[in-house]
Amino acid sequence: MRRTSIARGLVLGTVAALLVPAAAMADTFDSSSLPDSVGINSLWVVVAACLVMFMQAGFAFLEIGFSRGKNAGTVVAKILTNFSIAAVMYWAVGFAFAFGGSLGHVIGDTGFFLRDFGDPQKAFPIMGLSDATIEAKWWFQFVFCAVSLAIVWGTTLERIKFGVYILYSIIFAALIFPIASGWVYGGGWLQVNVGMQDFAGSTAVHLIGATGALAAVLLLGARKGKYGPDGKPRAIPGHNMPLFGLGVLILWLGWFGFNPGSTLNALDGRFTEVLLVTQMAAAAGVLGAIATNYWKTKTIDIGMAGNGAIAALVAITAPSGYVEPWAAVIIGAVAGVIVVFGVYAIDKVLDDPVGALSAHGLAGIWGTLACGIFTDPKLAAYNAVGKGGLVYNGSFEQLGRQALGVVTVFAFVFAVSYATFWVIKRTYGLRVTEEEEDAGLDISEHGMYGYPEQFIPTPELVGYGAAPTAPVPSPVASNPVSTQEVTA
Amino acid sequence: MKKVEAYIRHEAFEPIRMELLSLGFPSLSISEVKGSGRQKGITERYRGAELTNYLRPKVKLECVVADRDVQTIVDTVLKHARTGAVGDGKVFVLPVEESYRVRTGEAGEEVLQAHPDPAAATT
Repeated sequence: MRRTSIARGLVLGTVAALLVPAAAMADTFDSSSLPDSVGINSLWVVVAACLVMFMQAGFAFLEIGFSRGKNAGTVVAKILTNFSIAAVMYWAVGFAFAFGGSLGHVIGDTGFFLRDFGDPQKAFPIMGLSDATIEAKWWFQFVFCAVSLAIVWGTTLERIKFGVYILYSIIFAALIFPIASGWVYGGGWLQVNVGMQDFAGSTAVHLIGATGALAAVLLLGARKGKYGPDGKPRAIPGHNMPLFGLGVLILWLGWFGFNPGSTLNALDGRFTEVLLVTQMAAAAGVLGAIATNYWKTKTIDIGMAGNGAIAALVAITAPSGYVEPWAAVIIGAVAGVIVVFGVYAIDKVLDDPVGALSAHGLAGIWGTLACGIFTDPKLAAYNAVGKGGLVYNGSFEQLGRQALGVVTVFAFVFAVSYATFWVIKRTYGLRVTEEEEDAGLDISEHGMYGYPEQFIPTPELVGYGAAPTAPVPSPVASNPVSTQEVTA
Repeated sequence: MKKVEAYIRHEAFEPIRMELLSLGFPSLSISEVKGSGRQKGITERYRGAELTNYLRPKVKLECVVADRDVQTIVDTVLKHARTGAVGDGKVFVLPVEESYRVRTGEAGEEVLQAHPDPAAATT
């Protein structure tokens, strides 16, 4: 009885707390004095962010396509649950930790629940470069958090307990992602004091996600049967390459919000240049991956073509605001080569069903380092972060800053993620049982197959019968109404 | 000549296949079947509504061998298919009247003979 009254008090207290920000938000809304640029830039940021949100569908289809048919439905439940948990956590504390600190911060301290922050330009100083409204900026940064979280689970498909998604996503969206990404592009110490360049998040989104994925797979282990008795890796083919292809194309589309949107500004026209750079890298990545894999196996591999596109897009994410199109082609092509060798090498020791460690991890590192090689000094000055790269001034200085950033972010994210997964493993458990893994996560975790008609025998499905035996009337038949009795 | 017809769990197939190969019996067929026995059905839930399934998926393994080899095949299946739980399956042995090899038209037991060198037979 006492416990229920405490619980009721907690619920009422939360609801009361939520009513306050509604009042606070009314202060920031003043339509009469809104300059046109605020509306235009906010519109671009929101459109770009919606493209990035659509990448959730891309991740869903990519993972579903690369899973076996018995593990298809669980991905849908995971994406919806994670996207929702991340939204609440990022609104409550994540955005404040990432952006709510003075320049050079380690962890932000203003703007929790997006309320009581005063002047948004002062409360989120790095955001001052754009006059888009703070809600638009929050939405943009939150969908990046959701992308990073989605990347984590690529290595864990087909064997992880559903509750792990819930537990880790709370820590990830509240602490791991906001703190690490804040260092890199939230005005934190890596960006401001070190001068690390990461325009849209090769490190701050993709490497963070892939590092979480590495920590998860180290503690989770391989899928049953992935490694034969001789220890050699075996292919576990996904069940739907067209769905995988749709996922890749949706992600590719989403990237035109991801990179060009990171200008947070439509008025200077920079976003169209970023778009061109992004597209050239992606194209080169597909061609690089196809060529490399053809050289190795003499086949055009469907999965590798897609991995090449993703790897190149990941690699160009950091340099997209800093390099010229010619450099983008090189960065993308190299990423396409890296992802093929990465997938082959990683498959020997770690079971990564979608190739997330290569496409997001290795390509993310390459893209971040590529800034140190290819950054145009003019664009570095335009963005006011770091210096030009090796090919322009022959100096390794910027490359060294990039490497420091990669190592720091990797070490922080890996340590916290490994600790989180270790605690989950010791208390709740990471893996389903062997029987559940054999039966598939759809039926064992969710009580229903993703493709019921493939797994439930037809006689036990409701409303199914054999084809009617009567011939189908031809459209030119003189009598369109059949008088024959049709039997099932 | 006899046909060994075994209804087994999916995961039992691979170890049986590996051992039969090493014993020199590469020739067999399988099909995916659904059936019911003493194993209970499972209940699926679809947005709140329930659906109970009594037919469970199994693998049917068929292998025709000379009389002297029947016990070897049956023993191999029993060894690997048994978990001790309800639902391990059943094995039937059926008589076979005649057999032909399509490629050469040969008839009789020699078309079923165990292959002493499985590596050579599979390549």
